[in-house]
Amino acid sequence: MTNKVVLSGYVAALTLCCLTFAQTPSAQQSGPVNAQKSAAAPAPVHDLSGTWEPANGPKDGVQANGVKAMPSDGKPEHTPPFTPYGLKVFQSHKPLEGYTAVLPGYYNDPRDACDPLGFPRINFYSLRETQIMQNEYKIMIAYAYAETWRVIWTDGRTIKPVDGGVMMNGEFRESRWYGYSVGKWADDTTFVNETWGTQPEDKVWLDTAGRPISDQLHVTEQFHRVNHDRLELTETIDDPKMYTKPWVAMNKFPMKLEDPHTDIEDMYCSPTEMQKYNQTIANPASGKTNE
Amino acid sequence: MRLKKIVTLTVGFLICSSVPLFAHHGNAAFDSGKKVTVKGTITEWNWGNPHCFIEMDVKGDDGQVVHWVVEATAAPSLIDIGITKRSFKPGDQITATMTPVKTHQPIGRVMDVVLPNGKTLYFGPEPGLNINRGNEEAELTKINKAAQAEE
Repeated sequence: MTNKVVLSGYVAALTLCCLTFAQTPSAQQSGPVNAQKSAAAPAPVHDLSGTWEPANGPKDGVQANGVKAMPSDGKPEHTPPFTPYGLKVFQSHKPLEGYTAVLPGYYNDPRDACDPLGFPRINFYSLRETQIMQNEYKIMIAYAYAETWRVIWTDGRTIKPVDGGVMMNGEFRESRWYGYSVGKWADDTTFVNETWGTQPEDKVWLDTAGRPISDQLHVTEQFHRVNHDRLELTETIDDPKMYTKPWVAMNKFPMKLEDPHTDIEDMYCSPTEMQKYNQTIANPASGKTNE
Repeated sequence: MRLKKIVTLTVGFLICSSVPLFAHHGNAAFDSGKKVTVKGTITEWNWGNPHCFIEMDVKGDDGQVVHWVVEATAAPSLIDIGITKRSFKPGDQITATMTPVKTHQPIGRVMDVVLPNGKTLYFGPEPGLNINRGNEEAELTKINKAAQAEE
């Protein structure tokens, strides 16, 4: 029996794609595209607390093409300063996004196994409602994705990177997924912290486009509370094993203050749900047989 | 599996922006220049991560049933536009329009779904949809909640 297929052709020049939660991957400083129209109250002193979400909408935190400031589009100005080894590791990564993307049945992102994203990738993938709480000893950040958290110590402890981890107040601590962070206030509204002791390159990626990081990574993170309702996040990557010099991965990413009563949605990476997705969609869509 | 009936197969040349709505698993598998519409019965509404997806049986003119899989985005992103775990259930008769995969399997990435009540749920700001594209999530939420409201 012949297929009863109605085939109609048309050309739609300048038609937006149906998948139009899209945005052109360009180096973005994440400026105030949807700027707040009324003046907000001034920023409180030494206070980052609150529930924050991307100021330009949920999709701004997705970062599908890699870190905001350097999307993976193959352009020279968006290519991180790889060392020869860093480039080799990048080329070994088979990501789902960016100009080196592969079909979903063939990617090797550790995220597919529901491994922890780790730091700083937790800021560079599905950055959604982010809850910040603080006391006199630490700032704690709870992320929506994987409902995970990390601590930035403000109690004056010292952290020094060593092979395999860090020395925290003189005691060895092993490398871990979200590293070890210490910080302090640079002024009334700017908080700067540094992180060392993250996982080696066979466990974590920097972003969804497959840029690499190693256990020699040092991240400088700056939170600037612009006013009562706006926070800007800047992240600088310094990894001498992978990159020849420090570079900015996120530059003043704007977040807005949410209603404190906001209930955060569930967003776990479930291995069984991932397996079902791979078997039902990713593998057949990639021409790959389920094992 | 050979498709016996497709309600409408539309081939269009769409210029796509580069960063997708469905950012979790990329675009490489999907034929962004095409659109497929099928009508059938939901067998399962998979709600979770990395993607929610509808499974539905589509009966062709020859009586053969083809099992389609219609991918949506992750659960939190659907909630952002007013689509929830309660939006679909097994047994619902729907019409789904989607971007098909390049491998010609009965799999696609959803654009919109016409519900049993005749109203449409939109999974993104389609061309021709009259909404403020600077406020997409809120506008789609309004449309989608209205489509699901009990009369």
